[in-house]
Amino acid sequence: MSAETHPSVREPLRRPAGLAGFASDWASDQRTFKNVSWGKAMMWIFLLSDTFVFGCFLIAYMSARMSTAVPWPNPSEVFALHIGGADVPLILIAIMTFVLITSSGTMAMAVNYGYRHDRKKTALLMVITALFGATFVGMQAFEWTKLITEGVRPWGNPWGAPQFGSTFFMITGFHGTHVTIGVIFLLIIARKVWRGDFETGKRGFFTSRKGQYEIVEITGLYWHFVDLVWVFIFAFFYLW
Amino acid sequence: MVDIRHGTGEQIGPAEVEDVELYHPHSWWTRYVFSQDAKIIAVQYASTAIAIGMVALVLSWLMRLQLGFPGAFAFIDAERYYQFITMHGMIMVIYLLTALFLGGFGNYLIPLMLGARDMVFPYANMLSYWLYLLAVLVLVASFFAPGGPTGAGWTLYPPQAVLSGTPGGKDWGIILMLSSLILFVIGFTMGGLNYVVTVLQGRTRGMTLMRMPLTVWGIFTATVMALLAFPALFVACVMMLFDRVLGTSFFMPAIVEMGEQLQHGGGSPILFQHLFWFFGHPEVYIVALPAFGIVSDLISTHARKNIFGYRMMVWAIVIIGALSFIVWAHHMYVSGMNPYFGFFFATTTLIIAVPTAIKVYNWVLTLWRGDIHLTLPMLFALAFIVTFVNGGLTGLFLGNVVVDVPLSDTMFVVAHFHMVMGVAPILVIFGAIYHWYPKITGRMLNEAMGQLHFWVTFVGAYLIFFPMHYLGLIGMPRRYYEMGETAFVPASAHTLNEFITIMALIVGAAQIVFLFNLIWSIRHGREAGGNPWRATTLEWQTPETPPRHGNWGKELPIVYRWPYDYSVPGAAEDFIPQTQPGTTSHAPEGAS
Repeated sequence: MSAETHPSVREPLRRPAGLAGFASDWASDQRTFKNVSWGKAMMWIFLLSDTFVFGCFLIAYMSARMSTAVPWPNPSEVFALHIGGADVPLILIAIMTFVLITSSGTMAMAVNYGYRHDRKKTALLMVITALFGATFVGMQAFEWTKLITEGVRPWGNPWGAPQFGSTFFMITGFHGTHVTIGVIFLLIIARKVWRGDFETGKRGFFTSRKGQYEIVEITGLYWHFVDLVWVFIFAFFYLW
Repeated sequence: MVDIRHGTGEQIGPAEVEDVELYHPHSWWTRYVFSQDAKIIAVQYASTAIAIGMVALVLSWLMRLQLGFPGAFAFIDAERYYQFITMHGMIMVIYLLTALFLGGFGNYLIPLMLGARDMVFPYANMLSYWLYLLAVLVLVASFFAPGGPTGAGWTLYPPQAVLSGTPGGKDWGIILMLSSLILFVIGFTMGGLNYVVTVLQGRTRGMTLMRMPLTVWGIFTATVMALLAFPALFVACVMMLFDRVLGTSFFMPAIVEMGEQLQHGGGSPILFQHLFWFFGHPEVYIVALPAFGIVSDLISTHARKNIFGYRMMVWAIVIIGALSFIVWAHHMYVSGMNPYFGFFFATTTLIIAVPTAIKVYNWVLTLWRGDIHLTLPMLFALAFIVTFVNGGLTGLFLGNVVVDVPLSDTMFVVAHFHMVMGVAPILVIFGAIYHWYPKITGRMLNEAMGQLHFWVTFVGAYLIFFPMHYLGLIGMPRRYYEMGETAFVPASAHTLNEFITIMALIVGAAQIVFLFNLIWSIRHGREAGGNPWRATTLEWQTPETPPRHGNWGKELPIVYRWPYDYSVPGAAEDFIPQTQPGTTSHAPEGAS
């Protein structure tokens, strides 16, 4: 064994193309997902785990709604606003959905400007995204207030199955918490971008690691996920 | 044995990622307490898990005292008995086994075995431990809360878990239990993301997926499963907490308690069972897969022989992990399900026996004609194989609906799951501690104390759990405070219960020898050197023992071969470390 020489480090290995390349990349050394940073990989896996959390919440809700013996309140009536002498069904929810999806657009733009090292535009777009998010949470607070004044409680409501109130508050509350956390993170990262931390290599307060503009994209992944979850809540809770 | 390849060597690609900048501790506090070093975090996790595990051990003593000598101990009333049994189960499954395998061995071994300097996110890793500790403290707090801990059984089935008939149901017990579990899940997620990303993205040069030791494969797969299964537990706990605190009716049907109609109505207790077991069954394999992985490495190292069918072993781990997500309702055969569900879940359950049997055969074939050294780790590994086969065979009984229904909720079930996921993984944990203790401390554990510990534990565990099969078959139910006068339980069964209790006391006492050994050997153990077992994997090739912060010297190790090159003909030694270049290897094509 000792006669054999120590192989030197050479050019990057050539990897086959197509499906074989996919397999050999996955099985290769160092990194399974080439060109994916640790932070991004972590966020994707976290989102996968979080998908299961929301999935369990939604399946539990659907199971409750399908098995309830008393009628389920009609979402079109419950979530209607009285505007100009007529009840407009789901109008607030439609605006909320529009706001949140718009915020995904501004988030995507922020990611783009981040990679161009355009600090001002990136920070500005992130703040706008955060404002959209805060608007969403604000409208959700308005919706909660309206329902609470109409007598909806986690343990009951005037119109039917008590699980209506409990699942509503639990699922929208859990989603709203996610949005709120997202807003806080957006503002923290926006401040770092504005200050130029990722140009000067300033170290993180907790991790003492240097940040990179990629963190904007990672925050964006989380934001888009929260947005996507809302689409499912919208479809399964309000439109059903 | 004859399949020796003499290839042409291979290229090792350049480093794709810059060497990481580690956080360097500035004080004693950041070095040993709020440490971001995975090795310290591992020891913290393991110590906390063992400490709370000792509490669970004492609880099992108390519960056995009641079963063996009903009424002899006045302080064990029915309520306390249910609290002991509940906390024993919950602590052992979650706070000991899960935390010790993933938080303890995962933290210690993943970076070292993969040639990484640390986990990829040391700060989150540290938070993971402190949240785990907080979860343990909240759990312990329930012992001192008014009404004591919950007595709902470790499965916490509603509606009884939140009603006044159950200890802690209307007091603090259940609230603290659920809060503790929620904290545990959040804390585990922080650690789990670390383990998964480190395995996927943080390996050293030359460390391909198919060159990872099976230990890492087991821990990795178990962590992925945990990240997907714990959400169901999290959701179930949140919902039950709302049922208890806010008065919602997720799991609570209309119910009369103590002659009083409660406000609840319309909830589904079965929904909780589905959520719980969607977590609960993968949890069995979250505990078992790391044990499978570790025992493979122990057997290969101490039998001085390459693991038989490495790739089959890897795929068996992955397939078991995947299948375990579609078998959960076999815990619910008596819950009142559509019979077709029972058919489906019985089928998937029995299919799991195939990859599991592959693993057992491969362990045995690895031993076959090996140069077996009956060291302490090897003794525990061998004990694991027989115990796991025993527990697995009774699993075939319980996996079939028609056989399960009469056996359900009897001592047979207790015997089954204690053999298969209690004793078997614990034996691996002991074996692993005897195996890696020299790396962690630089000294060997005392052999004489170890032998005593092994034989008492192994033989004693059989004497405890084997008779329980018989008790279950004659119909003795589990979770009963006392049997009283029953027609179908003969007097001899009571004698057997006394015997089991005495054995439990003895086996528990043997663990004190083990604990003493752990502490005594830190100072008085024999100096181990860097590689006392003459093993191939990377953690034994560190420049210092115990490894320093950053694990490796200036340069990260480069991996040239798979981890099972033992007794390669023509090699100078009977093991070739993974860091040694060369082409002579046992490795199958692709694992080289």
